[in-house]
Amino acid sequence: MKTRIYRNPVGVSKYTGLALISPFIIGAVLFIIYPFIASFITGFTSDGISVENFRNIISDGRIKASAAVTLKYTIILVPLKLAVSLGVAFLLNMELKGIGIYRTAFYIPSILGANLAVIIMWQYLFTSGGLVNQLLEKAGLFPVSWYGDPDAALFIIVLLRLWEFGSAMVIFLAALRDIPRELYDAAKVDGCGRLRCFFSVTIPQIKNIIFINLILQTIAAMQEFSAPYMITNGGPLGSTRTVGMLIYEEMFIYGDEGTANAVSWLLFVFIAAVIFLMYRLTGISGRKQK
Amino acid sequence: MKKALIYLLLTAVAVIMLYPLLWLVGASFKTNEEIFSSVWFMPKSLGTEVYKNAWDTVTPYTMGHYFINTFMIIIPKIAFAVISSILVAYGFARFDFPMKRLFYALLICGMLMPSIATVMPLYRMWSRLGLIDTYIPLTIPALFAGEGMFVFILIQFFKGIPKEFDEAARIDGCGTLKTLFFVLVPCIRPAVVSIVVFTFLWTMNDFLTPLIMIQSVEKYPLSLALRLSVDSTGQGYEQSKILAMSVIGIIPSISVFAIAQKKFISGITAGGLSG
Repeated sequence: MKTRIYRNPVGVSKYTGLALISPFIIGAVLFIIYPFIASFITGFTSDGISVENFRNIISDGRIKASAAVTLKYTIILVPLKLAVSLGVAFLLNMELKGIGIYRTAFYIPSILGANLAVIIMWQYLFTSGGLVNQLLEKAGLFPVSWYGDPDAALFIIVLLRLWEFGSAMVIFLAALRDIPRELYDAAKVDGCGRLRCFFSVTIPQIKNIIFINLILQTIAAMQEFSAPYMITNGGPLGSTRTVGMLIYEEMFIYGDEGTANAVSWLLFVFIAAVIFLMYRLTGISGRKQK
Repeated sequence: MKKALIYLLLTAVAVIMLYPLLWLVGASFKTNEEIFSSVWFMPKSLGTEVYKNAWDTVTPYTMGHYFINTFMIIIPKIAFAVISSILVAYGFARFDFPMKRLFYALLICGMLMPSIATVMPLYRMWSRLGLIDTYIPLTIPALFAGEGMFVFILIQFFKGIPKEFDEAARIDGCGTLKTLFFVLVPCIRPAVVSIVVFTFLWTMNDFLTPLIMIQSVEKYPLSLALRLSVDSTGQGYEQSKILAMSVIGIIPSISVFAIAQKKFISGITAGGLSG
């Protein structure tokens, strides 16, 4: 076996680094590896290990329905949020005066994020006589029964999370600032218009950051819990029962710990698979870049 | 002309972003009838009575009680997160050790791990240890660098400090930890501010973990107290009181953000996420 050479300062043992990261190692075992194994054991092996058991769980109607809700929610929300946050970041990056104020204004909803107070506020905005319906009526449109219509109910939550595009925007803004000016100048000399510049210079330059935001937002969307819990309570007709809601309900309302753990484990594996797939499809990897 | 158009667009977005919050503050002074009949945020009259009532909540405890509970979670969490993340990031940024790449991959995994997927097995673990309904399940994970993102940000900051600093300190007789705390940590203050602010905001916002781990109303943090108040007031009840409680509930986050804003944003943008 080849012995590895550890590049450390003189007099520092190869275990110094390990000792320093030991809190993380303990934490990873307790809070990542243990839950992963424990949820598999509780979820799938309560009546013995069998393919049958596994198949029963994934063919459960409630689980399927809530997986469909979560997917729909993620597919609607994530592209919208990325487009809005990139668009606004692009506008903010135009070297205008007073940009700092706008940046702060756009970021405030994100810092409140999942704050329950904001979720309560959102719930009020969409009640039948709430602000949104009053505005719709003023504009000569029909008020919407937000909590009665399954599609509208999911859209309330989409709008809430879209309103919180600031965190993605801040990350985009930092990336846009890092693009060297010379690239734009060169593109202009070559006769690029504004739109062409955006797609041929800006996008390729920040594709890693787009990818990071895509992953962060997808994961956040797939674990949505507090908004459906507080605003719609999973209804109407289960149209907002996200996987997060389902896990909670199975555990604390129906007392079915097995299902709760099985769904947790599947979500875990599914998210890992999605990340891997996106990684592959977009062909972005740190090594290739260098 | 073009600039004016951009400003107009940005202002329109800003109005959409901030009007709901403005409306929330205004509506907390309104009567039920006024809330559901007027889109303008300004209330007809400004009485402070509602805030006095809101402070008393609909539970046996005041908002003050819930604030203290929240801070009993936040303060240890901040201390734990700062210390553990600094140690771990220092280890990753400055030292070479066995299985480094594996642990680095695990760090990223942990960062992407949805908490909803781990909370059920963790609930069982804490309940076996008899620690449900204490603040331990909420604070202790921070002691083990529970937020991968913090470690990430710090690693980027450490990499920005020339290694000569460490060498000079070593020659002057500083050990590993002395070098860290007396030479390197003073250089990464903005990153530490970011961690403090993020921990504060995220703990204020966290709803799922306390919902599952805390059971008695006496120990509720602010978020659970708000939920309880919404649940225990029905239709026809004075809505302004709930809205006023919500306003009180977002004041800490807004103030912390306002105070730390500049350093905080530079911490996020200069840190790991842009690299």
